This record gives sequence, structure tokens and C-alpha cells, in this order.
Amino acid sequence: MTADSYVAPRRWSEFMLGARRSLPVVVAAAPFGLLFGTLALENGFSTFEAIFMSATIYAGASQMVGLDLFGAKVAPWLVVLSIFAVNFRHVLYSATIGRQLSHWTPLQRAVGFFFLVDPQFAEAEQRVESGRRIGFAWYMGIALPIYTLWVVEAWVGALFGRLIPDPHALGIDFLLPIYFLGLVMGFRKRAMWLPVVGVSAVASVIAYKTVGSPWHVSIGALAGVFLGALLPPGKSVREEAQ
Amino acid sequence: MSTIFWIIVAGAVLTYLTRAGGHLVLSRFERIHPRVEAGLNAVPAAVLTTLVAPAAMEGGPAEIAALVVAALISLAGGGMMPMFLTAMAVLILLRHLLG
Repeated sequence: MTADSYVAPRRWSEFMLGARRSLPVVVAAAPFGLLFGTLALENGFSTFEAIFMSATIYAGASQMVGLDLFGAKVAPWLVVLSIFAVNFRHVLYSATIGRQLSHWTPLQRAVGFFFLVDPQFAEAEQRVESGRRIGFAWYMGIALPIYTLWVVEAWVGALFGRLIPDPHALGIDFLLPIYFLGLVMGFRKRAMWLPVVGVSAVASVIAYKTVGSPWHVSIGALAGVFLGALLPPGKSVREEAQ
Repeated sequence: MSTIFWIIVAGAVLTYLTRAGGHLVLSRFERIHPRVEAGLNAVPAAVLTTLVAPAAMEGGPAEIAALVVAALISLAGGGMMPMFLTAMAVLILLRHLLG
């Protein structure tokens, strides 16, 4: 038996393991993917432009902000700057998870970083926490179902968006906060978890009320990260695992 | 090509730079200071919290109840799907009952 015939099925099963992890993400993101397609057309996008935006920017909140500002006839450079501001948190994701990807090839990293959305980052960090390596096949197993459906949803939303009956009664507008809370809870064994969550929550709420959205994300996040850096850590989960 | 097209292209390039940039900057350093390390380990909780907190603050009783139920199920060791589905059920039910 050659090495190749052994590696290929293992890669496939790794990919499928990742794909299974992507399921809750696909469910939680679907209404927003569809909503994006619908709102894009209302704000003067063509169907192609809606699909193109989901396929290239691939970041829900920033896409919504972009649509909104474009629809409000804001200057194009300001629309672009706002998209950048909403997505600035990814710098932190990239620096954090990049430390765990040194066994990837440069090309794998270049591809992998494109798919580094919030749930992708959270899943990858949880995998690190459980003491396992992040394989490229596993990573793409999570990424590709989420990405593919996200792009398809922009298209379907653009075509049939009017058919969503009553988003409020179905709780659709609150799917993501619940999902993100679940992710936050998943990291509760980390050093300084509760203080970091508390400071980030308070800072983001204050920033939301004063500076306004989308800056509350970066401001709240930086407050929590600085606290994590400043306070002497207790025993960290990562050290225990080693 | 339309203005929208170029807005999307510029937005996509900048978004990709945020996703690759953090790693590109950090990988220039041979050693990472322990405090930077500790700060980065706080990133998941810090960033994801900011995506929940304002929504929780703006929420009414139904939204708060759903988040509390979600947190409790997580604390009890429930998986993501059970947590997610139960919290959604609580939210939908309370929104109907409370109007």
C-alpha cells in the first residue's frame, strides 16, 4: 500500500469531519445570505453584483453595511472604508490563528485566509484548544459548505427574496446573536475568560451608544484583548494541554 | 464597469488584507512576547462578545430569555445544535406569547 492511497481517504474523512461542523453555521447564516440578496436588489444592485459581492467579500455584516451606504448615496470611497472598518476584526483572527498554521504551505495559507469568517475562526480555535492540529482538509471541510451556500443564497435571495414571510415572528433577526453567544461560551475554559467577556461587553455597548456601529466591534474587541494582555494569566488551558 | 463593481472589488481586496494581514505582520517577529500571546488568546472571547452584547442590550424579555437559556445549556455541556434549537424555540414562543 503506497502512502498516497492511505492519505487520500484520510483527507476525505477529515474534510467530512469539518463539513459536519459547518452545519449549524450554514443554518444560522442562511437567512442573512437570503436577506442580503433581497436587500441588494432593493439598493440598486444587479443580481450579478449581489452574487459577486457575496463571492468576493464574503463577510455578511460588512456586505449589509456596504449596501445600506450605497443605497443612501454615500461617496464610494466612504462605502469602501466602512466595509474595511467592519472587517477590521479579521486582523486579530488572522494573527491569532496564523500561529497554528505553520505546517501549511504558503499557498494553503493564502487560500485559507480568504475563508477566515467569524465561525471559521471560532471552530479552528476550538480545534487548537482540544489539542489537535488544524489540517487543511478539515479547514476547507468547514469553509466550502458555508461559502458555497452563502453565494447561492445571495442569488436565491435576489430572485425570490419577497417570499420570506415574517422574519420577526420566526426569530430570524436574532439567530446570529444566539449563535455567537454559543461560540463565546465554547471558550469559557480559557484563562481570563470571564473578565475578558465582561470588559468587551461593557466596552462594546458603550461604544455602540456613543461612537456607533460598526466601530463598537473593534473598540470592544481591543478592550478585551488589552485586558487579556495586561492581567497576569492564571493557568491557561493551552499550557495544561502541553 | 459600474461604480458598484469597483466598490465591491476594493472592498474585497481590503477584506482579504485584513484576513491575511494579521498573520503577515506577526510572522515577521521571531519571538512573540508573552503579553502579545496572552492578548491573542483573548481574541475569540473578546471579538465574539462584541457581536452579542449590543443585540442583548437592545433586546426585550424574549431575546434576553433566549440568550439566558442558550448560556445555561452551554454551561450544562450541551452541544451547539441543541443550544441553538432550544434558544430559538424559546425566542419564537415568547415572541408569540408576549406579542
